[in-house]
This record gives sequence, structure tokens and C-alpha cells, in this order.
Amino acid sequence: MEIEPARKYIYSDTELDREEGQVIEDLKAQSQQPIPDPDQWLGEELEQNILLTTVDALINWGRRSSLWTAICFPACCAFEMIAANGPRFDLARFGMEILRASPRQADLMITAGTLTWKMAPNVRRIYNQIAEPKWVIAMGACAISGGIFASAEYAVVPGYNRIIPVDVYIPGCPPRPEALIYGIQMLQKKIARRKNIDVRKLLER
Amino acid sequence: MAVRTEPFVLNMGPVHPSTHGVFRMRATLDGEVVVDIEPVFGYLHRGIEKLTEQRTYNGIVPLTDRLDYISSMSNNLAYCLAVEKLAGIKVPERAEYIRVIIAELQRIAALLIAVGAFLNDCGAYFTPFLYMFREREKIVDLFEMVSGQRLTYNYMRVGGVSQDLPEEFMPALRKFMDKMPHYMDEYDQLLMQNEILIARAKGVGILSGEQAINCSASGPVLRASGVNWDIRKADPYSIYDRFDFDIPTQTTGDCYDRYRQRVDEMRQSLRIIQQAIEQLPSGPVRAEVPHLVRPLVGEAYARLEAPKGELGFYLVSDNSIAPYRCHIRPPSLINLTALRDMVRGWKVADLIIIFGSIDITVGEIDR
Amino acid sequence: MTVSLSGKEVASKIEEKFSGSVVESSAENLVIKSDRVLDVARFLKETDGLDFDYLNFVTAVDRYDHFEVVYLLSSLEHNHSLMIKARCYDRENPALPSVVDVWQGADFQEREIYDLFGIKFEGHPNMKRIFLWDGFDGHPLRKDYI
Repeated sequence: MEIEPARKYIYSDTELDREEGQVIEDLKAQSQQPIPDPDQWLGEELEQNILLTTVDALINWGRRSSLWTAICFPACCAFEMIAANGPRFDLARFGMEILRASPRQADLMITAGTLTWKMAPNVRRIYNQIAEPKWVIAMGACAISGGIFASAEYAVVPGYNRIIPVDVYIPGCPPRPEALIYGIQMLQKKIARRKNIDVRKLLER
Repeated sequence: MAVRTEPFVLNMGPVHPSTHGVFRMRATLDGEVVVDIEPVFGYLHRGIEKLTEQRTYNGIVPLTDRLDYISSMSNNLAYCLAVEKLAGIKVPERAEYIRVIIAELQRIAALLIAVGAFLNDCGAYFTPFLYMFREREKIVDLFEMVSGQRLTYNYMRVGGVSQDLPEEFMPALRKFMDKMPHYMDEYDQLLMQNEILIARAKGVGILSGEQAINCSASGPVLRASGVNWDIRKADPYSIYDRFDFDIPTQTTGDCYDRYRQRVDEMRQSLRIIQQAIEQLPSGPVRAEVPHLVRPLVGEAYARLEAPKGELGFYLVSDNSIAPYRCHIRPPSLINLTALRDMVRGWKVADLIIIFGSIDITVGEIDR
Repeated sequence: MTVSLSGKEVASKIEEKFSGSVVESSAENLVIKSDRVLDVARFLKETDGLDFDYLNFVTAVDRYDHFEVVYLLSSLEHNHSLMIKARCYDRENPALPSVVDVWQGADFQEREIYDLFGIKFEGHPNMKRIFLWDGFDGHPLRKDYI
């Protein structure tokens, strides 16, 4: 079997690096405006003033009671998230003890940490891989607006909502696990008002 | 018939299921055996060194918290030592003792996470990690009494600490010190002679002493390879020369030795805290320092034995209220130069363990 | 306690072996000519009595008209340390020899200096950006980067 002898130091393909750099520059050029928060479906439902059906309530109860998180843990807030999963502030009582790395099995992404432009394409890719319905919680000051590092504009994205749409914002630096649990409960209230089945369309058919 | 094979480049991407953070490795594999590895970082580069040039000396302390976010007190202390060396400020006695107690408690808390994450990588999933977290929560409670925060404390100031210990701190600390040795014995009983841990970690990823010195490794990684070098003994800062403690070293420098080194260091920290509690004097906790510190033109380098290694701050001043240049010597980044030599020839599963035993925090690598 | 060696004594030893490499020397300061850095580094590592086998850090400071690269060396055996500087007056394409062959610990730190300041280290096997992406325009830690 032929393999070239291990060189003393490493080289990696410069073309590969240049391509990755180009992806980052393109994403940076596209993301100059924040993506609006996904609230449209809430507003519509309140206007039409239709009560949720029992099936809707059941589906929403199922979805909000066992949210599984996809991992997106850059920085310090990650440790408060892990402490929230720990023995004292138990997130397993909300059905959320699963912290697997696979985005296909997740429906919630808790972004805990500062986002840099170098990391941004990867976060967008993971968000795209999560199956609908999906929600995003922006945890911490860095996730909302860049936080204490916002003045280092050459590297830090001013908030996750430039790259992905965010549902709940939790302030703090880092937010206490109790604050995180409160934010999750707010998200659960938001999910409870979601309309899954449009009764009028069903009746029309 | 000869079968021709090619090396395969595997990307262990920035998002992966361990607690080490956004760190990427491109591994060149020959079958399952690692031939080469290239670490790629920068996914958390927040420009802290550039931001320090725009903030006052006291205002940089919250930024240093976010460097190695599991051991924030040590970062604060290293920075304050550098500014005090630069400006020639003397710290009162009570503040020195409080700093030692807090720094050693922080060392225990950070080493608990290091050991827990290592065992998580070995395959014992979250069980030992949650046990370690139970102890860490007690230490974090003590820190919350003192500074009001759970993770990024912002407690040390130039010239001392920001406020005195509250009344309920000492009884709680004594209660913690009574129980902690029992917990450490419990962990040893469960883990130290565990067959799976020994089979996975003994003899894996050996780093010899001369290689460690050549790669500028420091901290538990260096001491586990047999080099007896600890800054608290070799170049004592603050008042460490008044305490009586040993520096454990190990012989081989494999992953099991690094795990054992961290456990031994936790026990020595308990000794130091016990002596410091007995000798704690009373007095002011902060020197009379103006709010906007303005040192004379010059430079200074102060270093400290952080839980990960030698953490140093190199400050250059030009007699204004903000530093001219502040460079942070990150122990995690420099310990990583040894990763390549340690990993070659081992399999992918061993790569994860070796990487976990070096114990990095990405906030410190990327700054 | 770690003794920090005086620049003047070490300067006289270096001048004996490689004359003309020391630019200025005082008790705290020892500045070496930028093209002689590799020779002086090897000399400092291999001489008995000096034995500087541990490189603490390598960093750079931007002093408006020149760049100053700072090395801190220590010897674990004798417990002494020394700080060396090298100046680089070119702002467009600054370059210095790399000390990776002498102390492997300088590997990532020199790449960081290239990324943030733009100083290239000749002889480094992998001179690429480390924190910022390939294609980033400029070097952030320079004083004239906005």
C-alpha cells in the first residue's frame, strides 16, 4: 500500500481554504440586514380569531413538551446551558434532556455564544438541516446583538438574527439557568398558540 | 493482486458532541489510523486583544473573564498581577489571602470540568460529568456569594479585590472543605482503577518530557510528562511562598497520567485552601488606587499557574488610560502544538481521547 | 524565583560569537538584528550556562514606524529568563526568519502574528492565516486598521 511518508509539518490545500473564505465573504455581503422574527403566523391567527381545535392543542402539547436541542455551543453561555441540564436546574423535567449532535433529530436550536463570521456559514447549514417545525432561542447578550464584543466588527456578527430567524431572545451575560428556563417556557407558550390544521381549508375540500 | 489505497481526509467539524467548543480538526486517515492532523481554529475569534486598546485598565477585567470562561477568576487575577507589576502597586495582605483562596477554589472547579469532559470523551457519557457538576455547583455558590455572578465573575480589581467576603462565606467554605475529601475519595474509588478507563487511556498518546518542553507545553500536560515545573514554586507570585504544598508529577505522559495529574492537583489545592483559611488576616481589601490607572511608559509580563497552564499577560503602556498593547499568552493554544506528535499512529477513537486530555477552552485559543 | 538575565551580559556573549547582531542592549532590553534572529536563537538554546530550551511566547507590537517582535525565553534547569526583541522597519512586506526549527512551540504563535499584523516568517512550513479566513482583507491589530 502506497502512502507518501508523513511530512514534518502539515500543508492543507490552499484552494480549499480559499473556497471556504469565499463562502464566508459571500455570506457576510448577504447578511447586512437582520432577518425579521417569525411572528407572522401568530398575528394572522389572532386576527381571524379562530380557536384552536383539539387536534391542534394536542399536537402543540406534544411538540412543546419534548423539545430536543441541536448543539450550537460556541462560547461561555454553553456552560450555563450545561448547568441547566445538570443536577440542580434539571431540564429533563421539561422533556429536554436530549443534547445530541444530530440536527435531524432536533427541533430547537439554542444558540449559546458569540457568533463570528467564520462560524456563520456552519450555523446556517445546521439550521437548514433541522426539519420543520423548528425554533431558535438566542441566549445571551452576544447572541442578541454581539454583546460586549460588538465593537470588534471585523470578526463578530452583530446578533444571530442576521443569519437565522430567532424566536425568543434571552438577555444576560451569561443568563442564569433560571432565566434560560423562563425563556424556554415562553417559547412553549408561543408553540401552544400555533395553528397546525386549517379547519376552513379542510372543510372546503 | 495488490490493492491500492489512498489516504482519506476526515473533517471533524466545528460542531461536535463534546464540550470542548467550536474546534475543527482535519485528520488524514489511512484506514482507521491517523497519519496527519491539522487543527483549524478561529471560529470564536472575537478580537479581545484589539478591544483592550479601547478600554481603561479596570474596564478590561470583564473582557478577561471571557477568555477561559471556566476559570474566570484566574484570568482576572493574571491580568491584575500584570497591571500591578507595570504600575508598581502593592496589594494589601487580606486581599492577597482572599485571592489565593479564590484562585485555588477556581482551580478545583476548572479541573473538575476538565476531568468530567475527559471521562465524557472516554465513553462514560454524562454520569461522571454530572457528579463533577454537583461539586462545581457548590463552589459556584460560594463565588456567587462573593461576586454575585455564576460564570463570569469580574471580581478582581487592580490593587485588590472589589469587595470583602460576606459573613456567610466562611461557614459555607468550611462546610465545603469538610465534605470535599470524601467526594474525591468516592471518585477515586469509582474511577481510578476502572478497567475500561485503564484500557482506553493507559499508554495512549504519549508525550515525552523533551518534546513537551520543545512544544512549550505547560500546566498539567507538562507535569504529567515528568517535568517538575510549576510557577507557584519556581517563580512564586502573590504569597504562594508562604504555603506548604507538593507538586505532583507522573512518569509516562499518557492520557491516564494526565487524568491522574489533575486529580492529584485538586488534592494539593485543598491543602493550600486549608492553610490560607487559618492564616487569613483582617484589613482593607483594596489598595488606594485611582479609578483611572495611568502607569508610566514601560512594559511588564506577569504570569500565573492557571488550571490549564501558564497564563500570562504582556502589557505595554504609553502613559495613557488604556494599554498600548495587551498580549495574552494562551496556555490552551500552546499546549495544542504537541497534539500532532501525540496523535500520529493512533486510531480515530484515540484521537478524541488524546484531544480531550489536553483540555482546551476555545475562548482562550481564539481570544 | 526566576531571575531575569541582564541584557548587557548576554549581549556580550552574543557579540563574541556573532559580531554585529546586537542593535541595542540595556538591563531590561536586548534588541537583535532581524536577519540574525535564527542564529542567535540557536546559540542561546545550545550554549551551556544559558540553555534556553523553553519559549514562553512570541508576540508583536506595532510601534507606528516599525514592528517589534518580542520573544520571552526561559531555562527550566537554571530558572532564568530573557526577553529578546527584533525590529522590522518595512510596513508593506515585513519579514523575519522563523524559529520553529529551534522551538516548536512557536508554530501557532507565528501564524497568529502573520494573521493579525502581516509579518511573514520565512522558513515556517505552514504560513497561513489562523484566526481569520483566507481572503480577509487587511491585518486587524495594526494601528492603522479601522
